[in-house]
This record gives sequence, structure tokens and C-alpha cells, in this order.
Amino acid sequence: MRAPEPGRQDHRSRRPGPARSARVREDRRAGYLLISPTAVIVFVMVVLPILWTVSLAFQDVRLLNLRTTGVVGAYSLDNFRAVLTSPGFLDALVTTLVYSVFGTACAIGVGVVAALALRAPFRGRGLVRACMLIPYVAPVVAATFVWTTMLNPQFGVVNHYGTTLLGWNDPIAFLSSAESASPFGIDLHVSTALLTVVLFEGWRSFPFAFLFITARIQAIPESLEEAARVDGATPTQRFRHIVLPQLLPTLAVLTVLRFIWTFNNFDDIYLLTGGGSGTQVVAVRVYDYLINRGDIGAAAAQALVLAAILAVLVTVYLKLFGRSEEVG
Amino acid sequence: MSGVRRDNVERRLFGVLRPVIIVLLLVVCLFPFYYMALLSFRPLDAVLQDPGALWPQAGEIDLGTYRDVLTSTANGGQGFLTFIRNSAIVAIGTVVLTLLVAIPGAYAVSRLDFFGRRQISAVFLGVYFFPAILLAIPLFVFFTRIGQRGTLSGLVVVYVAQVAAVSIYMLRNYFDTIPPSLEEAAAIDGCTRLQAMRHISLPLALPAIASNALFVFMIAWNEFLFALLFLVENRSKWTVSLGLSQLAGSIEVPTTVLMAGSVILTVPIIVLFFLSERWLAGGLTAGAEKG
Repeated sequence: MRAPEPGRQDHRSRRPGPARSARVREDRRAGYLLISPTAVIVFVMVVLPILWTVSLAFQDVRLLNLRTTGVVGAYSLDNFRAVLTSPGFLDALVTTLVYSVFGTACAIGVGVVAALALRAPFRGRGLVRACMLIPYVAPVVAATFVWTTMLNPQFGVVNHYGTTLLGWNDPIAFLSSAESASPFGIDLHVSTALLTVVLFEGWRSFPFAFLFITARIQAIPESLEEAARVDGATPTQRFRHIVLPQLLPTLAVLTVLRFIWTFNNFDDIYLLTGGGSGTQVVAVRVYDYLINRGDIGAAAAQALVLAAILAVLVTVYLKLFGRSEEVG
Repeated sequence: MSGVRRDNVERRLFGVLRPVIIVLLLVVCLFPFYYMALLSFRPLDAVLQDPGALWPQAGEIDLGTYRDVLTSTANGGQGFLTFIRNSAIVAIGTVVLTLLVAIPGAYAVSRLDFFGRRQISAVFLGVYFFPAILLAIPLFVFFTRIGQRGTLSGLVVVYVAQVAAVSIYMLRNYFDTIPPSLEEAAAIDGCTRLQAMRHISLPLALPAIASNALFVFMIAWNEFLFALLFLVENRSKWTVSLGLSQLAGSIEVPTTVLMAGSVILTVPIIVLFFLSERWLAGGLTAGAEKG
């Protein structure tokens, strides 16, 4: 190999020095110019509000005295003390955890099953796949309303067939029963309403998992499985030893994303149960403090606690997962 | 030998299970929406008498629910036409404004080398992991204090801030696939950066921009929490989502009429989804196959 000649190196950059650095400077200026509208709107409408929530959480702010409080006020830890010791906060936290863990598991589990079932091509597969995504894209208000109607104890179609075909003694108040759910005689120690909202979360979110898992499965090289097939591996063995290891990183990312979004979810539970019958998650509780009690400071403190716990959980998960990745 | 038998058993088992699961999933996914449409066409007393009917009886189909839900409140209806108009204003406003800020932003992040361009998308996306309810508190306070709570434009600004980051992310992925050599050729012909962007990259990115517009439209049309916090006091400002959720609690409005409202809320989304499904699925999972 010859050492590069000085003259050749000059040749490689298309423009002479000063013009090129002018181009770099122009790019930089254009870059700031083009990104600034987004930066401004995200800063003003997202970053500043987050900081302001921190400030509000340490002040005594109520809807009634809202107009007179400023950014600089009397700061104290009273909100946090009141919120953390208030009855129901711990319950709400546990409910949030149960809801997020099982909702996430449900969504990803069904997502995997759906992706595997639709793996081999058949006529109309594209249409079936698109249909599977409908629960995820449909407006949440319409989806919750139709579920509420379907599960209605008086004229809902589920209870109608449950009592006439499945032999239920009484219609089940799926969304307003705080009694412990015991399907098939197994006591789950979770209220019926909470079980219902978990199932709703699974129904609504599995398409998201399905979409990502399908994309990943399609990228698995066919030769891998073909080799296993030749070696006599059965379908479950091929899944266990070939497909699943390839899916694991995707499943890990999906778990984090779904867990975060379920943990923060407000709409679904507010619309299905209003937070009653053992389904009050922290997000719904924050709304209750903000609107019904008009206690902005306490609402902000709870929202911050929610975000902090989420951050801790996700960090722990990433630590654990990152380590197991290195070992495996 | 037993391995071969196990293989046969499993093959037969999954051969049967697969179609069963597919049909089951389809029913679970689609039945609620079928039921929604069904109830919107049946009169309320028929539903109460025969709640198990899975299709409308002969001569039962009744479009009165749609008339009732769309008629203005002054004429004894539920005024959904106003809600549709509000939702359309908010959703279209959000789309236009988001594209105005996100297209240049995505282009900058994809093409131009400036300080912090790698970090900026991370910051934008990081914001996504905060609970919406946490943002809702200060925004509620802020818009109350400047007297803009209860306006559709205030809501639009909030929505733009919420979707701009993911919009930039989706568009950037697309700009990354357009070869820079095309723009360099234009630069040699004397185009400035911005001219090259307008005349070369933008037209090429149109499919991505269109699918992104549909995506943003769907988010804004479906949104509930901020609409609830901002607009609930004034019925004439309700969006379709908000209107449906507010009326769902009242006993005066028959369920079948509200089902007609749900159909009106859902149909535009389903139509847009099937129009854009191919692009959207690709845009959202871009990079997922890398693991």
C-alpha cells in the first residue's frame, strides 16, 4: 500500500477550504434555525411545566387561591407529608403496580401468540393483521363506552350470554364489583373491576406488541429454523431455542415501553370505572385531587411521586436486564 | 423415533390451534366494534327486550339514533355536529402546526451537523415517559391563569408539544433514507441548503409526511385527558371524545343514541387507519427489526 499523497488528499474534499467551512457554518446556522420552533414549543409546553410541577408540589396551592400564588411562595414539604400518609395512597400505588404488571404481561403475551399464529402466510393475512390493530387505534372513549355497554349487568351482551349459555347464577357487575374475582373457583385476591380493566388493557395494547414482534420475527433468517428442522427439532423446540432468543431483546424493550405507558395510564380506568371498586390508580387519584378537591399542591406532589417511582422501577429493570444480557 | 412422533403430534396440534386462535383473536378484536354498530341501528326498547340479538331483526333497523345525535341541542338533539366541528378544528390545526415545526426539525436532525443534534432527539423522546397527568397539572394552572383554558387553540398548542417529538422521530427516519448526494448535486448547481431541502428532499419525503399527518390527526382526534381538563365547562367547545364521555354518564341519553355517537367518533379513525396502515406500521417499527 502506498502512503496517500498530499495532493490526493486535497482532491478528496470537493471544495476548497474556506468555502467548505462556510458550508459547515451555514449548516450549523440552518440547523439551529430549523430545530428552534420545536425546541421552543417543547420547552415551553413540556419542560417548563415539568419544572413547574416540582415547584407547585412544594407550595400550598388550591384552585381557589390559584390567581394569587406566584412562582416564589412559601415552600414546604407539607404536600408530600399529607399525600404519603393519606389513607388510600398506598392502596392506589399497589393497584397501579398490579394493573401495570398484569396489563403489560397480558398485552405482550397475547401479542406473541398473535404474531406466531399469523407468521405463516395465507390468503388475506394482510387484512387480518390490519384488523388486529384496530383495538389500538380506535378512540379510547368509544372503546371504553362499548365495553361498558357490553359488560352492563342489565342489558349487556356478555351477561346475557353468561346467564343463558354459561349458566352464571347472576349477572356480573364487571366494572363496579369490588369483590375479589374468582373465575373457575380460583380466588385471585384482586377485585373483579380491577381484573376487568387489566383485561381491557390487554385487549387494547396487545396490537402494539403484536406489531413490533411481527416485525422482529420477519427478520429472523429462515436458514436458522430450516437447519433446526433438518436436525429434527419440533415446533415448540424451534420456538424455545431459535425464535424466543431472537425475540428477547424486542420483548425487553416492549416490556419497558408498555409498563411505562400502563403505569401512567389515566384514560382507560377513568372512563371504565372512574377509579371505583378497587381500581383507583395513582393517575386517577391525581386527577381527583386536582379537579374534585381543587388541591393542586397535593396533586402535583402525587404526580411527582408517581414519576419518581416509575423512574426507580425502570432503572432497576434496565440494570437487571442489562446485566443478564451481558451474561447471556 | 419418539422425537419424530412428538414432531407429528405438535404439528397436528398447532395445525388445529392456529386457525382457532386466529378466528378467536379476530372475534375479540372486531366484535366490540360490530356490537357498537349493531346497537346504533337498533331501537332502545328492542335492545332492552332482546339484549342477546347478534344482528338486527327484520324491519328493526332505525337510523333515528343518528338523527338524534347529530341534531343540535336547540332542536332537541345531542349536538354532535358541533363536536365533530370542534374535533376537526383541533385535529387539523394540530396536524398543520405539527408538520410546520416537525418537518424542518426532522430535516435538521437528520442532515445538518449542529451542536447537540444527537442529544436533542433523546431529550424530546425522554419527555414522553412522564405521566400525562403530571403535565396536565401545570398546563391546567397555566392556561387557567392566562385565561386560555376553554379555547380550542390552547388545546392545539398542547397537542403539538405532545406529538412534535414522535413526529420528528418518524420523519427523521425517512429523511435518513434519502441519499444526501441528491442534495449535494443541487448544491453544486448553486442551491442553498434551504432551497435544496425544499426542492429535493421535501417532495421525496411526501409519503412519509402524509402518513405522519394521518398519525398526528388520529392522536389529536382520539385524545381525551387534555380535552377533559380544558374544555369540560363549555358544552359548545366539546370534542367528540369529550362529548361522548360526558353524555355516557347521564341517564337521559339512550345508550343506542350514544352508540351512534361512538360510530361517528370511530369511523373516521378506522378509515384513515386502513388508508395509511401500510405506511404507519412501517414508520412506527422502523429499526425494530434490528432488535
